[in-house]
Amino acid sequence: MRNLKFGFAISIPRSINMDTADNRLLKQLEEEVPSFKRCMNCGACSATCSARQFTDYNIRRIHSLFRMQQYQDLENELKPCMLCGKCTLVCPRGVNLRSMIMNMRKILTDPKRKDNE
Amino acid sequence: MRTIAIIGAGPAGIEAASVLAAMEETEVLLFEKSATTLDNLRDKAFLFPDFSSAADLVEIMEAKLDRDNIKLHLSTAITSVVSTSSATEAGGIMAWELQDASGVRYQADAVLVTTGYKVFDAHRKEELGYGIYPGVITSIDLEKKLKEGKILNAVGDTPKKIVFLQCVGSRDEKSGNHYCSKVCCVTAVKQAIEVRKMLPEVEAYVFYMDLRMWGGGFEEMYREAQEKYGVRFVRGRISEAASTFDGKIQIKSEDTLVGLPLKMSADLLVLMVGMEPSEGTKTLTHQCNCADAYGFATTVNPHLRDNETAQPGLYVAGSCKRPMSINDSLTDARSAALRIAEYLK
Repeated sequence: MRNLKFGFAISIPRSINMDTADNRLLKQLEEEVPSFKRCMNCGACSATCSARQFTDYNIRRIHSLFRMQQYQDLENELKPCMLCGKCTLVCPRGVNLRSMIMNMRKILTDPKRKDNE
Repeated sequence: MRTIAIIGAGPAGIEAASVLAAMEETEVLLFEKSATTLDNLRDKAFLFPDFSSAADLVEIMEAKLDRDNIKLHLSTAITSVVSTSSATEAGGIMAWELQDASGVRYQADAVLVTTGYKVFDAHRKEELGYGIYPGVITSIDLEKKLKEGKILNAVGDTPKKIVFLQCVGSRDEKSGNHYCSKVCCVTAVKQAIEVRKMLPEVEAYVFYMDLRMWGGGFEEMYREAQEKYGVRFVRGRISEAASTFDGKIQIKSEDTLVGLPLKMSADLLVLMVGMEPSEGTKTLTHQCNCADAYGFATTVNPHLRDNETAQPGLYVAGSCKRPMSINDSLTDARSAALRIAEYLK
């Protein structure tokens, strides 16, 4: 089935519904990486990111999605990161992005993941 | 003896009156349309950026009026300000005549207009449901609740989720106000912190287009709101609010940083209402030919002569010029007082 192409694709409709959002993973991440909360979405992290230059990987957007408790497919979206840490160096608000990415991966791939997704 | 008429007994009017009255051979006539001074300030609980009590500032400002040469005229709306002599007479000083609503006339050597602002009427943004749903309140309503020390939702319970919406009546062509009201950004940050202090379980969200943390200590407050008080900031304007069956407010917006539409229900929606010129400001600026497109007062030069109007002896200060914080109004009033003292020397 996967190889069948009909000339169009159906994208998954995505909108944020904060009433069904689960804040447990977010709270867990904020406890592990308190500087997570300080982000002001300037985008310096994505601008300097090597992975961003060649792939769709966008750490600023991943941060925003996680903050809005939208975790769908984030573990895959995080894959291009090589953990070079340039994002952490440039962040004007001192967000420890490298640690944030590591902890996001850990929380999202935990077999005992708190939201049991 | 020199007489200076000041119209409007808010922070700017009182500050200018106290500075001028400290000078020799000076009498200040201070006019206030309502029965009390400092009406807008009396609604406030705490002031940014230091969370000091607004009631303390009211007390200090009231004490400044306690001078024999300040004549406070309460419940006196000045409806007309005209110069009765040309500048060449009386040694370059123009004579001014003011008239109140009941027809009483007052003479002065200089006039300072400090008629201030009024709060944007949130009913005008019908899509946001103010006056329709009890869960929708304004920042002024919330400030009064903070002052009372009690915040309840529409059905009388402790709220779990409070949403703040910036730029209601500001930066909005539909309201006819293209300008930024300047103080709402930091006010929302201040109020969100206050709410979280009072109700630690409450979730606070601030929907904004830009966060303009222009003053000293403001950015630090914003950072503290995020880090210490867990206030969540979402970039996006709320397009509409509706009621749910259980008395909550359902809002629609977009998280523009993620690029996805967003839905959320909240116990309270707080509209951060902007500033508009007060009726007194509009009347006097139009009468004195110094009104801008909105009715705020314009000055001769925004850099160096920002209290002077085109007419010698007629000065303006505070939020009748443009949206201004209390501290900026006080500073502006002192600068106007200095200008008037130089003019009358």
